[in-house]
Amino acid sequence: MNFKKQFREGLLTKNPVTVQLLGMCSTLAITTSLFNGIGMGLSVTLILICSNVLISALRKVIPSQIRIAAYIVIIAGFVTVVDLALQAFLPDLSENLGVFIPLIVVNCIILGRAEAFASKNGVLASAVDGLCQGIGYTAALVVVCVIRELLGAGTFGGGILNGGEGIRVIPEGYPAMQLVMPVGGFLVLGFVIAGSQWLMRKLDNRKKDKEAAKQ
Amino acid sequence: MNEYVTSLLGILLSALLTENFILVKFYGICPFMGVSKKIDTALGMGMAVTFVMAIASAACYAVDTLILQPLNLGYMQTVAFILVIASIVQVVEMFLKKTVPALYKALGIFLPLITTNCAVLGVALVNVQKGYDFLRSVVNGAAGGLGFTLAIVLFASVRERVNKADCPESFKGFPIALISAGLLALAFMGFSGLKIF
Repeated sequence: MNFKKQFREGLLTKNPVTVQLLGMCSTLAITTSLFNGIGMGLSVTLILICSNVLISALRKVIPSQIRIAAYIVIIAGFVTVVDLALQAFLPDLSENLGVFIPLIVVNCIILGRAEAFASKNGVLASAVDGLCQGIGYTAALVVVCVIRELLGAGTFGGGILNGGEGIRVIPEGYPAMQLVMPVGGFLVLGFVIAGSQWLMRKLDNRKKDKEAAKQ
Repeated sequence: MNEYVTSLLGILLSALLTENFILVKFYGICPFMGVSKKIDTALGMGMAVTFVMAIASAACYAVDTLILQPLNLGYMQTVAFILVIASIVQVVEMFLKKTVPALYKALGIFLPLITTNCAVLGVALVNVQKGYDFLRSVVNGAAGGLGFTLAIVLFASVRERVNKADCPESFKGFPIALISAGLLALAFMGFSGLKIF
């Protein structure tokens, strides 16, 4: 098992959001403050690990004709558990994320990993895959959140730092309100994906240069 | 009675424009991005989603009021709804295959994918959350689907041209599509505050 490679894939080269382009709805909708981003990211990571482990453990039992339906039921079960837990222990977060918590059921990342990885690999490898992909998703969410919150509301760490107010970076009246509105989601994510494509091309080029230098 | 009709019209208008499912609420972004490369397929997808959303709203309302509420099984909502939606999509697929094979062929792979469209599950959950009755749920579902169709067709026609335009290497493909969608959302922001009824 190659933990380092899986981690690198989840975080950058096969990042679920910026490269595989999965789970767009939640990435665009809830990334208005750091609190929301981290909360959503961790919920998805937890559900992803659990569903990957269970699906991988049952992969030889589930008949392949009805596998998708079986996966969805397994995922929906874990989502319900997380939904109820958040309602009980973190009511603020639950209210902020609203209908997007039950909608994790149809988040393509989870079904995608179940079909592409967990149904073909062992339990431990699937758990690591869930963790790495979840971290990649969380990282992408946090980047989008920080940019949107900073430019749109002028604060950093809203919902967590400074008693929930967030640390004010840009004075009131100056931030561009549109960025915390739906428009900002599309624009910021567009720029973030463009940035990650640029970074990956740079890394690729550097690798090629090194190889060329060796020869 | 008159008030009831106006409330239905209000739901229709808000689902279509002010609270457009895609550009304002962010339900169903995956098919919005995936199936918007050509206007024809975008229109077909929009129609299929509208159809499924209207039926799913009705069925989920029935399941919720007739089975889940009397048995106090509210917490099973997500599981129950996704099962109902998956079976509706399956039935629609079989029905179309038998009766309108041309449409079935045109939609192809997109039909089964409607199950994982968050707009469908989203509208079912929102209907229950807002406490809509049967007719309001169905109107909300159908109007949400029409809003989806409107957005995806508009976006597909923008994208057909953007794809031919010259843009920086890093922005090619998906990023530039997202930014065009952002501009479309900016235009839809103009509808916010629109209240006729």
